[in-house]
Amino acid sequence: MNPLAGKYLRKNFLPFIFCPGCGDGMIVHAFLEAVDELGIIDDLALAAGIGCSAWIPVYIHADVLKVLHGRAIPAAIGLKATRPSRKVVVFTGDGDGLAIGGLHMLHAARRNIEMTVVMVNNQIYAMTGGQVAPSTQVGARTQTTPYGNLEKPLDGCKVAVAAGATMVSRCSTAYPQALSRTFKKALTHKGFSFVEVISQCPVQTGRYIHGSGAPQFNLQWLKDNCVPVDDPAKWGEVEAQGKIPLGDVLQVEKPEFMEEVRKMNQKVKEERAKGGDR
Amino acid sequence: MKKGRIKVMQGNEACVEAAILAGCRFFAGYPITPASEILEGMARRLPLVDGLCLQAEDEIAAIVSVVGASWGGAKAMTATSGPGFCLMQEGVGLAASVESPCVIVNVQRGGPASGQSTSTAQGDLYQARYGSNGDYSLITLCPSTSQEMFDHTIRAFNLAERFRIPVIILSDEVVAHIREKVVIPEPDQVEIVERKKPTVPLEEFIPFQAGEDDVPPMPAFNTGYKIPVISQAKSLSGNRGNAKEAEVFIRRINRKVNAHIAEFADVRTYGDERAETAFVSFGSVSRSARSAVDMAREKGLALQSVEVKTIWPFPDDLLRSKLEGARRIVVAEMNLGMLRNEVQRVIRDPEIKIELFSKIGGIYPLPQEFLRFLEVKQ
Repeated sequence: MNPLAGKYLRKNFLPFIFCPGCGDGMIVHAFLEAVDELGIIDDLALAAGIGCSAWIPVYIHADVLKVLHGRAIPAAIGLKATRPSRKVVVFTGDGDGLAIGGLHMLHAARRNIEMTVVMVNNQIYAMTGGQVAPSTQVGARTQTTPYGNLEKPLDGCKVAVAAGATMVSRCSTAYPQALSRTFKKALTHKGFSFVEVISQCPVQTGRYIHGSGAPQFNLQWLKDNCVPVDDPAKWGEVEAQGKIPLGDVLQVEKPEFMEEVRKMNQKVKEERAKGGDR
Repeated sequence: MKKGRIKVMQGNEACVEAAILAGCRFFAGYPITPASEILEGMARRLPLVDGLCLQAEDEIAAIVSVVGASWGGAKAMTATSGPGFCLMQEGVGLAASVESPCVIVNVQRGGPASGQSTSTAQGDLYQARYGSNGDYSLITLCPSTSQEMFDHTIRAFNLAERFRIPVIILSDEVVAHIREKVVIPEPDQVEIVERKKPTVPLEEFIPFQAGEDDVPPMPAFNTGYKIPVISQAKSLSGNRGNAKEAEVFIRRINRKVNAHIAEFADVRTYGDERAETAFVSFGSVSRSARSAVDMAREKGLALQSVEVKTIWPFPDDLLRSKLEGARRIVVAEMNLGMLRNEVQRVIRDPEIKIELFSKIGGIYPLPQEFLRFLEVKQ
């Protein structure tokens, strides 16, 4: 067994629920590398909703709250609020995070609540059998777009930036070392961090959209179509070629919500002690 | 007579006072009439006790963050009204499934849908019991005065902690907004229950294994137990359960409440316990029923008002015993007969007449209407 797995996996829950060739196992590995380097396993409070990616934290031997479809972020807020020193991480998918849970994403980013949201984007609803997702490319044939997808995909990174996230990055399982480095950066970021992971789903996306369910084909598809760039200003050029840009989009420092709550509570209590209203 | 500080308060305000006293340190809610004063009150009060009041983006976020806070180790509450209670239903089932103690206040208003936002109603009775999917059991309390709102709120937290369940307080617009005397006890006079925590060594801890009372000890997150909490039907270890494990789990989360109903069931009688005619009511309607009993007594007519305070799980045995002498039962409620259906289910004697006094549309029934009903329908 991989030493990281030996150290951090919940062994009585194995084997993984993931299909052969799934990117989720690679994400577990990259995440545990970052956790191991930072030495934060005891501080982790992991939250997830529903979908393949929502099972990622369940196998990690840490405190895990796996709730309803799309609702991981509210659960994470409750965990963060009750002990702000927790390292709160949400694992979500493109459907869980951008469709049913999209509103929660906007508002957690807007509040700049310190937590890391890992959004695994496999461009499809995989667990339910391959239906179109808000991240599916135009024209793709899925179980619910048998004549081709008419809807433009939603870019999670752009949404996160617009909503006020203070760290945004896009990675891919095609580049696992960069993924691990980005997790490390996100886990030490003071504020709301959003990491999109472009991942492979051989069973649904592979078979129905890309034309092959072979794991190696799908990983190669990611390598061919994901383009790491060092400057977010170049994202437009990459997108114009029909490719997916990877890299850091944004990292800024802004007042963090729970810290602001603490300060407000302190101030209100001091004013009260001096004899305020009521 | 109760001793303590006396204040004149709305039911909604009494709820806030009691929640703080019961130890609530996290509240999340979304503005909605006629429940908003609870959110507003918590926003004022929680910072003073190092708590957090979150105005959520919707009621789903509110209840799910309450579940998160509960696992974070805090006592947590949310409050809403019908349309928001609809959105919360998935969270009610979640709280039942992950066995999170929490309190949910539903200040009823007219329905269905947006209904009548500023008018009173009692149409959410079934929703409080059956609103989420699958088999689960929770406790629902029905206050009818500001004092009861205060007392029931403390009780709701205690029952939630005792059974690891969501407890619903089914209030209504009248209870929410009426201003009347509330006796606030000194903190040391209030019984506060805390959830049972695991006492076994970390390596022996089995996440969802319960003792005789069917309630598993609950560790807070980041206290070393590293517990997997999933919303699926689960095995004792917390993983997805197989058919047998799922059955054991579902039976247990229902039994842990239903088998202990005698511990918390509360039905009160006002007036002449031997009176042949009994009103049965819950929530604010009990106020009018009481007045009707008093008015009838002045005319020399004996009546009793039987008031259901813990409406779910329905207190079958207790209600049956309270209604032992009654030959004519008038179920009074502000819906089309939900409580009446329950009473009919419990009282099966064909000799006993069960009638429905139903008032809907948002105007609170007066005691005179109750008495007129008795005369006309005799």
